[in-house]
Amino acid sequence: MHELAITQNMLDLVLEQAKKAEARKVGRINLVIGEMTGVVDGCVQFYFGFLSEGTIAEKAALSFTVVPTTARCRGCDKLFKLKEFDWTCPYCQGNNMEIVAGQELFVESIEVE
Amino acid sequence: MEIKVLKDILGANEQMAERNRQLLDSNQVFAVNLMSSPGAGKTSLILETINRLKGKTRVGVIEGDVSSSLDAELIAKQGVPVVQINTGGGCHLDANMTYSALSNVPLQDIELLLIENVGNLICPAEFALGEHRKVLISSVPEGDDKPFKYPLMFHQADAVLINKIDLLPYLKFDTQAFSQAIKGINREVEIFQISCATSQGIEQWVSWLLTQMSMKQS
Repeated sequence: MHELAITQNMLDLVLEQAKKAEARKVGRINLVIGEMTGVVDGCVQFYFGFLSEGTIAEKAALSFTVVPTTARCRGCDKLFKLKEFDWTCPYCQGNNMEIVAGQELFVESIEVE
Repeated sequence: MEIKVLKDILGANEQMAERNRQLLDSNQVFAVNLMSSPGAGKTSLILETINRLKGKTRVGVIEGDVSSSLDAELIAKQGVPVVQINTGGGCHLDANMTYSALSNVPLQDIELLLIENVGNLICPAEFALGEHRKVLISSVPEGDDKPFKYPLMFHQADAVLINKIDLLPYLKFDTQAFSQAIKGINREVEIFQISCATSQGIEQWVSWLLTQMSMKQS
């Protein structure tokens, strides 16, 4: 349910950027969302419909780039996608790793008129 | 026309959290964001902690709940200042709500602020409040698979408290596998086994807390 607050924050950010660019309309919003954040794109889409009503971002298309949770093994230094219920390195079976991707939550770009 | 934005969606919350941190720092108050699922023992831990710190550290509490002031009333009985935030349906505290609450906390009279977040293992992980440490309580009846289900929360925690360990003989919970999974993605984390019912492990937790506070001051 954090999607409501996240969508509101995203919309505020988009409107602020669009205003700076003196845009009349926002046509597309390109979002990057890390898997680890647990943000559900369908949910963001749903809330966006309501929240954007009456703003210049109304009816803007949302596009989501989902970044998988990625870890670097501290044993063999290899990168791998973190599996759901098995947090071991698939190369050396080590269980000491650093999360290097999957926590992203940002607006990459917007397309405006 | 495409405009590159490359800005964090929660950037505004982060900025406000930083303002909270500065306010806390200027009053020399150390703040802890306590998170867990509902019923894991956040309020019980706060009560135990207040009890242990009597005469040692002056404590204040911010209570975050969707509704009611039941928890705040329990804490007020201990004679410590407590401010209730009702999120009115919201599933987490954010930096703005915390900022409003801070204006009602007598910051000059306390050294430690315990912020009880809304019981939830997902949303609070995303919203910084301006705290100095994030502490996660995970209780034995919830099961030992929680790190796999809520990785972000376990990845961010500075300390994880396994609560209700007095129930270990009756439930299937592998504390070793649980701890190993968390340490795997969060090397620096401190893990404590505690029971608010028997007070087991509370001394170790409180001693860690006092060490963190003194590290911050020096």
